[in-house]
Amino acid sequence: MTRFLLRRLAQSLVLLWLVSVIGFAVLHLAPGGPLAEFTLIPGMTTAQLKLIAHQMGLDRPLPVQYWEWFRRMLAGNWGRSYRDSQPVLYVIAAHLWPTLELMVSSTVIAILLGTWVGVLGAIRRYSVFDYLATVGAMIALSIPTFWFGLVVIYIFSVKLAWLPAGNLYTIGNGSFLDYAVHLISPSIVLALVTIAIWSRYLRASMLEVVNQDYIRTARAKGVPEQTILFRHTIRNALLPMITIAGLQLPTLLSGALVTETVFTWPGMGRLFLDSIGYRDYPVVMGILMFSAVLVLLGNLAADLLYAAADPRIRLD
Amino acid sequence: MTQPRQMDPGALLQVDDLSVRFRSDAGVVSALNGVSFAVRSGETVALVGESGSGKSVTSLAIMRLTPSPPGCQVGGHVWLRGTDGVPLDLLALPSEAMRKVRGDRIAMIFQEPMTSLNPVLTIGEQIAEAIAVHRGTARASAWDAAGDLLELVGIPEPRARLATYPHHLSGGMRQRVMIAIALSCDPALLIADEPTTALDVTVQAQILDLLRRLQKRTGMAVIFITHNLGVVAEIADRVMVMYAGRIVEQAAMRTLFQAPRMPYTVKLMHSVPRLQIGGERVVLEAIPGSVPDPTNLPPGCAFAPRCSHAAEGRCDAVSPALEEVGAGHFVRCVRWREIADGVGR
Repeated sequence: MTRFLLRRLAQSLVLLWLVSVIGFAVLHLAPGGPLAEFTLIPGMTTAQLKLIAHQMGLDRPLPVQYWEWFRRMLAGNWGRSYRDSQPVLYVIAAHLWPTLELMVSSTVIAILLGTWVGVLGAIRRYSVFDYLATVGAMIALSIPTFWFGLVVIYIFSVKLAWLPAGNLYTIGNGSFLDYAVHLISPSIVLALVTIAIWSRYLRASMLEVVNQDYIRTARAKGVPEQTILFRHTIRNALLPMITIAGLQLPTLLSGALVTETVFTWPGMGRLFLDSIGYRDYPVVMGILMFSAVLVLLGNLAADLLYAAADPRIRLD
Repeated sequence: MTQPRQMDPGALLQVDDLSVRFRSDAGVVSALNGVSFAVRSGETVALVGESGSGKSVTSLAIMRLTPSPPGCQVGGHVWLRGTDGVPLDLLALPSEAMRKVRGDRIAMIFQEPMTSLNPVLTIGEQIAEAIAVHRGTARASAWDAAGDLLELVGIPEPRARLATYPHHLSGGMRQRVMIAIALSCDPALLIADEPTTALDVTVQAQILDLLRRLQKRTGMAVIFITHNLGVVAEIADRVMVMYAGRIVEQAAMRTLFQAPRMPYTVKLMHSVPRLQIGGERVVLEAIPGSVPDPTNLPPGCAFAPRCSHAAEGRCDAVSPALEEVGAGHFVRCVRWREIADGVGR
């Protein structure tokens, strides 16, 4: 167990370093830069621009810039945002909560709905429900998130006026209910892809378990069908789903990028997009590293959970 | 609703004209074609035959564990004497009533001990579950009873084993756990579907010995399914030989081994390797051809195409009936008397 954790930690560190190098290179090699903003100021001279670039350290060779950023990041100094000079960690922390809120609520929706659809599709295989679920999952995986978000806004906010079209809450009304109502549309939009993936994998997993010898043994023991379903079938079918859940984390993070933009949700996804637009290098790198750590931790948690749930798995 | 016909007074289980058909892409598969037999309390009946002869389907049909419709039709009657002595037709029972029979009056163990136990539940949970389902026993006492059962089936340190998972045990130990589950509610009948096939020879002998001891102790009847005639000689009181979904010969174990009448049974016995020290090496006889296609059975005797005694116009014309050739000895062969008299060769 300790050996497993140490090995995973070492692998994760290498991976994080690679993420930082590639991210830094791609970001800095992209056309444009943080100076573009200053060129718009009337009367700005080339000499002044050079001075600003020098102050920001942007005139030094890229490897030197990377080394400076890397050294400081390890020391816990993630730099300041170019936009408002706030410390990067502070900016991330300020946007973290809305994103986590969105991810948790959409994950809950996805797992509940995906489990229901997957289990029902498996126990009523080839029924009308199963065919509808199959087609539905295909559609859900095919339609772009931003488009689905716009359709939801159009139907439920514009036409029916049941749900707000965006934002975290109504200004002047910070009640729990108000927050919850604002969470509905973006959560569903973000959950859609995960529901589709979860239900398909779970259906396949269920169908595999249903034909196992130990299910026949349970029947031969006279165990009621309902108990066979919950205690024997679903419990075994959910095991591989732990890994799937871990793998869904990056999908959720990238989905949040689009969903948060469509629903003007003040989370990390939108912050990331905005920061790229401004070429706010410290913030972009900060979010990149933060998300990478989150994904690695998520996968590690999935592995540990799998070992805890399946007595056959030993980590070493 | 069918009229409960008179069961043989001594019979615990009576199977009447049991047939199972599967619909498949290749056509209708006749897995069982009118199988009838009876099992008395306390006796061991062996069902013998090649793969695909219908042994396992017979046991699954009795338990009503054949793949559920669409695609599978089960016909005939399976009478089981209830605890009150009144015969129940298992095939006509509501599914909830049948569920209560399974694991309680009739228990079953399977061929694959490695995959027959749930990998995420402990041994104790899996034994206690059977007890709790049928007896409504509280968790703690069911757990105690599970420990007693493990001791009964000869698992060392039975109480400590309760909390372990199946993957900690060897195949032989897992089969003992399966037997413990099967015995948990004192069944009147145990169906053992090739319980030793997947085990090492030494372990096979231990399991057979265990089953024999437990049967003596509990007085349960056993239907023992196997393709291994050595195992049959070890354990059976009576033997039924199956071929292409029919019983082709039925006799007391000694009678069958000493005077088999059906050419198929004879061939089956000749295809068993025998150890002969110092003697001539005996060439092992294989049965020519293979089991007939169950979607397209021959019109006459199903074994006729492979039988050296087959007579044209007789064996391939009508399906022979089961004929009594001695006390409790039945044969499905039109030429059995000629063959027995040595005319057939």
